[in-house]
Amino acid sequence: MAGSNPNAKPMDITLKVWRQKDRNAIGQMVTYPLKGISPDMSFLEMLDVLNEDLLLKGEDPVAFDHDCREGICGMCSLFINGRPHGPERGTTTCQLHMRHFKDGDTITIEPWRAAAFPVHKDLVVDRSAFDRIQQAGGYVSVNTGGVPDANAIPIPKSIADKAFDAATCIGCGACVAACKNASAMLFVSAKVSQLAMLPQGKTERKTRVENMVAQMDIEGFGACTNTGACAAECPVGISLENINMLRSEFVYAKATSENV
Amino acid sequence: MILDSRIPEGPLAEKWEKHKFDVKLVNPANKRKYDIIVVGTGLAGASAAASFGELGYNVKAFCFQDTPRRAHSIAAQGGINAAKNYQNDGDSVFRLFYDTVKGGDYRAREANVYRLAQVSVDIIDQCVAQGVPFAREYGGLLANRSFGGAQVSRTFYARGQTGQQLLLGAYSALNRQIAYGKVKMYPRTEMLDLVLVDGKARGIVVRNLITGKIESHSAHAVVLATGGYGNVFFLSTNAMGSNATAAWRAHKKGALFANPCFTQIHPTCIPVSGEYQSKLTLMSESLRNDGRVWVPKTVETAQRLRNGEITVNDIAEQDRDYYLERKYPAFGNLVPRDVASRNAKLVCDEGRGVGASGLAVYLDFADAIKRDSQPAIAAKYGNLFEMYAKITDENPYERPMRIYPAVHYTMGGLWVDYNLMTNVPGLYAAGEANFSDHGANRLGASALMQGLADGYFVLPYTIGDYLAKTLYDKVPVDHPAFIEAEQAVISKNNQLLSINGTRTVDDFHKALGLIMWEYCGMARNAEGLQFAKQEIRKLRDEFWRDVKVVGVNEELNITLEKANRVADFLELGELMVEDALNRNESCGGHFREEYQTPENEALRDDENYTYVAAWEFTGVGNEPVLHKEELKFENVKLTQRSYK
Repeated sequence: MAGSNPNAKPMDITLKVWRQKDRNAIGQMVTYPLKGISPDMSFLEMLDVLNEDLLLKGEDPVAFDHDCREGICGMCSLFINGRPHGPERGTTTCQLHMRHFKDGDTITIEPWRAAAFPVHKDLVVDRSAFDRIQQAGGYVSVNTGGVPDANAIPIPKSIADKAFDAATCIGCGACVAACKNASAMLFVSAKVSQLAMLPQGKTERKTRVENMVAQMDIEGFGACTNTGACAAECPVGISLENINMLRSEFVYAKATSENV
Repeated sequence: MILDSRIPEGPLAEKWEKHKFDVKLVNPANKRKYDIIVVGTGLAGASAAASFGELGYNVKAFCFQDTPRRAHSIAAQGGINAAKNYQNDGDSVFRLFYDTVKGGDYRAREANVYRLAQVSVDIIDQCVAQGVPFAREYGGLLANRSFGGAQVSRTFYARGQTGQQLLLGAYSALNRQIAYGKVKMYPRTEMLDLVLVDGKARGIVVRNLITGKIESHSAHAVVLATGGYGNVFFLSTNAMGSNATAAWRAHKKGALFANPCFTQIHPTCIPVSGEYQSKLTLMSESLRNDGRVWVPKTVETAQRLRNGEITVNDIAEQDRDYYLERKYPAFGNLVPRDVASRNAKLVCDEGRGVGASGLAVYLDFADAIKRDSQPAIAAKYGNLFEMYAKITDENPYERPMRIYPAVHYTMGGLWVDYNLMTNVPGLYAAGEANFSDHGANRLGASALMQGLADGYFVLPYTIGDYLAKTLYDKVPVDHPAFIEAEQAVISKNNQLLSINGTRTVDDFHKALGLIMWEYCGMARNAEGLQFAKQEIRKLRDEFWRDVKVVGVNEELNITLEKANRVADFLELGELMVEDALNRNESCGGHFREEYQTPENEALRDDENYTYVAAWEFTGVGNEPVLHKEELKFENVKLTQRSYK
């Protein structure tokens, strides 16, 4: 038995889950009572149990995105009790365990809510806008081969570590879901600052930030009003400093741009 | 059928250089006349698709996830090997080659492995140029660590998230080609069949996972970079969606499947906690650099511990058995994965396992924390300790971790030649989806290396050799071969949807997993394997009689997706058992209880089994046909692996 509390009793809970047939359908919250949930179950394993029950009754299981269940792929989402990835800080939904809920709890589960993330079905949303932002400039333009030796350019450890911290963004979209404006600034800033800090990314830093921000606007994400909700809810701790850096990169680019 | 591995002539160290010169080239202006399909966007697929795009080919890339960045390569923790010898500790291309061949228990091709070691150095350069933030020393140069039984420090890493950083690097290169229009990306799209025209791979049939639409895509060559088949076991460290469907359906269209019984059971995973368990979580092998593995010395102490009469801290030092250090003084806790896993099973089978189930051993950091301080250990493994605490609700800084082996990686896969082409002309397999480089056991930090080697530095050369000999003509998707394949896919889906039985897909999947784990897992024997074969057949029949799949094809239908994958696992599982039965020896991850040394080490039979077992599909339930590719070792001497 895993868990520090092997005597933890199974719980009865009530789920209120957003059900929506497809992109164009009108959705609604549907209530499902669940009995005998082990506190050591992960949140998604609890949903697996619900889905097995539904299936055996011949009902359509709840569609939700998930894949690695290790907190790294960024595929799981879920707006749980009004918070992206649920109540635990620094935790993706797949790493959330039922021991953080109590017997008798009612738990609401909704999809990410943002105009730029339309619902495909139930709790599954379309986050392809994130890909298009990355395609607008989230890379260093090097082809395979013909690059210098990896140790040719020393990078101070402090800078490499900071770049790494920004690079750990898992692209889940919790920042957008947390933001009252559905802004994608934290997501965009993580890539912009990662590459702006590293010597490899400096050559294209101006066009990168201009293009990525422009694409962000095209996709319909809202503006940033510095509430900091994004960083507070980010499961991997992407810092607000990245947004500061994006702003300064953006101003610098616009002030010195040849595109103006 | 004669398997031609197309290994170039000449001395080992010159084969790849010579081959690169010998392969045919496609004129730069003509590359745009060729279309290439890449299925899977993990390290191998994303790097291949990006590199093909850069060369000028038209690429279509497919993944079942919502974006290519989610492929399960992202979850690799520990690192990536490269023979850079930055540490001046005696590493070299030959040493990496030698270690990999030996680590694979002499069941891999020398030429492939040598090439892998050669291009390993280029991979690191490429990733750094993309902005991958590898760990660095204070002087600004790249840091390395020793990993997975290597006696040199050749592993590059990005904290415990190396796979993530490398995949995001490949994803960024892919994005650049998507932006240029050279790669067309199809996320949430699953390959359900391979299409052959005149015996050559000319396209695929896919299902759009949002709309259910079945459609065909035509190309001049198809690359499968679809990962491994560890999820046959239901519980594994693979992602929930990881599946073998693309590879298996290619197998059913004629591609040989090689060494399917070679599965890697990773020694350091978080143990199963209950029946609802949906997957297993790996704790990076790097933890064994500082953690000490132990169980109580006696069964009695272990029993008292399991009953809660004593706690782990009540067990005195002299009552602990650091069994890896005791049995393997030279390698200690760093023995290769197969050896570490098997020994964990042995001590648990003896009744000395810990945790309520008795299916766990301790991985203890107390000494390392005493030696290096808690912050120092946290700096190295912080994210892993956090993950462990989140899942188990236990603090590994205060109590030793409990770990147990879990299915992690599959060395077997589609048979490929030196060009990474299967026996089906125009069909390639890369990364974990092929069988080629790891023999019977993969060393730590070598999966990332192989995925990126295949995608960045091997396929871009070898695919040109095939395309240069292929006409530009495109096969239209209304060609009868496409129509026929689409019909077959549609009718299979309809069949699954119409059974309306009483058991869920997961229920069947779990049942299959239990059979596989029990009889074709860490230890196998002929009797158990024979039994498993019958059980799998029964289960498969029952699946097609009694599975319950709800909804319709024309929607996002998660049960239909799973049902297709599990239907394939139910066939692949049988082939794994067949292969394990055929291989009357123990080697690497394949441990047949009948073949072991008096000290319980794997006993190879080099005289009779130094070959790749490549299986030909002959129909579901029919006996597959075995084709052998003899392995020749000209540069290493076959020895009993010893980590004493």
